[in-house]
Amino acid sequence: MTLGEVKTILDAKLLCGEELLDHDVNTACGSDLMSDVLAYVKDQAVLLTGLVNQQVIRTAEMMDIICIIFIRRKEPSPEMVELAKEKGIAVMTTNHRMFTSCGLLFQAGLDGGVHIK
Amino acid sequence: MSGLHYTYQVPGDDFTRAGEASGAIKSTLKKLGFDPGVVRKVAIAMYEGEINLVIHGGGGQIDVEIDGEKVTMVLADHGPGIPDIQKAMEEGWSTAPDNVRSLGFGAGMGLPNMKKYTDEMQIESTVGVGTTVTMVVNLA
Repeated sequence: MTLGEVKTILDAKLLCGEELLDHDVNTACGSDLMSDVLAYVKDQAVLLTGLVNQQVIRTAEMMDIICIIFIRRKEPSPEMVELAKEKGIAVMTTNHRMFTSCGLLFQAGLDGGVHIK
Repeated sequence: MSGLHYTYQVPGDDFTRAGEASGAIKSTLKKLGFDPGVVRKVAIAMYEGEINLVIHGGGGQIDVEIDGEKVTMVLADHGPGIPDIQKAMEEGWSTAPDNVRSLGFGAGMGLPNMKKYTDEMQIESTVGVGTTVTMVVNLA
């Protein structure tokens, strides 16, 4: 699905990265722990998180994540949005909570990218 | 291409700036046309190390050397040192304070993660003097 569809499914507000809305994404991950994102994320393009600080943007940058979605109405600071813009990362916020956000996207066909046998 | 050398000073008191050096190296390697897999390994390992410099080391210096075969990163601090390196390498072992955990780090994954993403890693540490971590990512 495209990032535009992700935005629609989560009824999200886009804070930056409009030019990325046509970009196709296949996998996502949800975590508040950046250590885990750095350790276990492989090719996931979307990060859903309830953590709001500059290091979320940095972590996404290192992991080649192209879209960050802040859940539970969390608003990133203008400095965070600026950094994301600079790094070519789309930022959205949604009112949904983590479980619901992940569930809605999974139901619509977005995959976790990791399959445990 | 050989002998490129970059040096970064990492301030110890500003968590919001942690990652600037790693971000700079990442875009440099990208511009130089390095394999994306190599770029990501270097970026992640260096970023974890940079976070460590801020959390544990009170800041420090990162030297990155790029030659035709490998990327070498040397991260040096004058922090408290690591009393038990073997223990520090265990996944989940952490001495990070609570405020760092609330920032999304300090889960005891940093050093193991750095080892995972690099081809060679060496830690030299003296309690009360500081720590130097050397990491190598091979280009081929």
